[in-house]
Amino acid sequence: MRVARQSFLVMALVSSMVTLACGKKTPPVARPMPPPAPATTPAEATRPPAPPEPVAAPTMVPPEPFPEDAITSASLDELNRNSPLKPVFFDLDSDALSAEAQKALDENAALLQRYRGWAVTLEGHCDERGTAEYNLALGERRAVAARAYLVSLGIPADRLRTVSYGKEFPFDPGHDDAAWARNRRAHFVVTAR
Amino acid sequence: MTKPTFLAGAFAIGVLAAWPRAQQLPATPQQPTEVVTTITSEAGAAPRLAVPDFIALTNDAETVAIAKQIGQVLWDDLAFEKEFAFIPRDTYGSIPRATSFADVPFNRWRELNADGLIVGTVKKTGATITVEMRLYVVRTGVASFGREYSSASARLVAHTISDEIHKSQRALNGVARTRLTFDSDRDGERMVGTVENRGVREIYTADYDGANQRRITIGKTLNIAPRWSPDGRSIAYTSYRRGGAHIFISNIFDGTLDEVTEGSASGENWLPAWSPDGTRIAFTSTREGNPEIFIANRDGSNVRRLTIHPGIDITPTWSPSGTQIAFTSDRSGTPQIYIIGVDGLGLVKKTSESYCDRPTWSPAPYNEIAYASRSGPGFDIRILDIAAGQTRTLTFGEGTNESPAFAPNGRHLVFTSTRAGKVQVFTIGRDGKNVRQITRAGTNLKPDWSR
Repeated sequence: MRVARQSFLVMALVSSMVTLACGKKTPPVARPMPPPAPATTPAEATRPPAPPEPVAAPTMVPPEPFPEDAITSASLDELNRNSPLKPVFFDLDSDALSAEAQKALDENAALLQRYRGWAVTLEGHCDERGTAEYNLALGERRAVAARAYLVSLGIPADRLRTVSYGKEFPFDPGHDDAAWARNRRAHFVVTAR
Repeated sequence: MTKPTFLAGAFAIGVLAAWPRAQQLPATPQQPTEVVTTITSEAGAAPRLAVPDFIALTNDAETVAIAKQIGQVLWDDLAFEKEFAFIPRDTYGSIPRATSFADVPFNRWRELNADGLIVGTVKKTGATITVEMRLYVVRTGVASFGREYSSASARLVAHTISDEIHKSQRALNGVARTRLTFDSDRDGERMVGTVENRGVREIYTADYDGANQRRITIGKTLNIAPRWSPDGRSIAYTSYRRGGAHIFISNIFDGTLDEVTEGSASGENWLPAWSPDGTRIAFTSTREGNPEIFIANRDGSNVRRLTIHPGIDITPTWSPSGTQIAFTSDRSGTPQIYIIGVDGLGLVKKTSESYCDRPTWSPAPYNEIAYASRSGPGFDIRILDIAAGQTRTLTFGEGTNESPAFAPNGRHLVFTSTRAGKVQVFTIGRDGKNVRQITRAGTNLKPDWSR
């Protein structure tokens, strides 16, 4: 725990420098990769605690409504039930990321940059209008599309597992446009932190 | 499943004794070991059968109930293939009930215009039911076919009689002893340890007529898309019990489980399909990054990639000869049905419709592929005659209809439909007639029919 906290502080410092260097947020296509996360080596563990100031760096807080206390104190189940990671929605028969989807992923990426211990599963889901069989692959495509975008933002690929549930787990049991739109998604589940 | 014991073993012994001789001496035809007369009607018309309740040889309520049940199940089994016409059961009341094979009133059955009459006796000894059955030519009062069966299951006896009558009288492989499998959420169980409140799906089996529905997995997760092995002893399916999707085989009579795909390096693996000889399994895997069709041995060894395309390739099905595989690919922009040789050569696109999936190759003698085709808001079942290059439609927008699979004699299909509300499993004739609802509880999906 102590080690994780220290490395978090170091990371926060590094990230804030990167953020400052980059200036204002730009579309994330060719954003420079942040330096690799420092490994939690025994050498680090022997360092004195880092000064507390950088935590307060206001430029680091991502624009999302969840107070940090709620995120850090919640159990994994609680965290996921009221997830700070936004689902990404898709058009019918499509795995293309819309501008809106990219915005949601940008916000998720900021959170994942901030909570570097989080391992996340990206679930691909489809609405009931495709076949059960083909939807397994379409759901995979959606999860993979979201993952590739996050990786392009510098989130390490090994923190992002994908799984497709096809149309087996609809979020909305309805049979109308609104329900279908809710069910065509890449859904984020935090599996470790 | 306990197979009925045939007390009349003369037929089998005769065949075995004849075997070496038949190879040496092609000259003289063998004496037939069993004389079977075929029940006939007027030229062109289906023979008319009467199937009264079987005769209980003891008067206890249990035996009487079994005798009645066998008659009814046998009627349903025979009617399913539509090879015979039937004298309606409600007209039998005027005819005196036989108490043994000795007092069958053939003249009265003749008045009802029956060509054939099935008479059976039932005796119960402990848990064993012993049934003697004869199929009579009503005109002559001579038995054209007769056997004795013993089994613990009255339904299995009736199914066996039906299959043997179809075989001996019509040279047809009946499906009365075949079974269905599908995935269902009927038990309402929820995933454990997950963040969303999600219902699990488990694998179930049922007799071809929907009786004896049983659950065979306890994964507490998604267990979906089951497929019968050709010998009917195992079911391959897609399971998420390891987190991602993997191929498992339940050996349902041994109670053991085999894993065909293992480890995170193997990607996601879906929709196993058995080769006709049961030695290999085709499936879809993302192990090389993109959904492609692979073939592996039953034990997961010797994995070989069959398709090479950045599009989605999924839902394989084997040709009856085991030399080709039909599958779904969206390489043209929308999901369509393709055929490829198991050597990876000879790729041919077979459909150009809005959206096609779940191809299922029919057994011989039909050379057809059934699939689900988008037809407006939902899907309908269509059948492609491969040689003629023509398609025909089996369902016409009664709800959405998906996931067809053929019965082993190619004359029926099992599929799912929302025509009765939630998604349920139905069977249908290959002519689109005789729709029968198999499941009613929960939602039931992705069915398959045993060989």
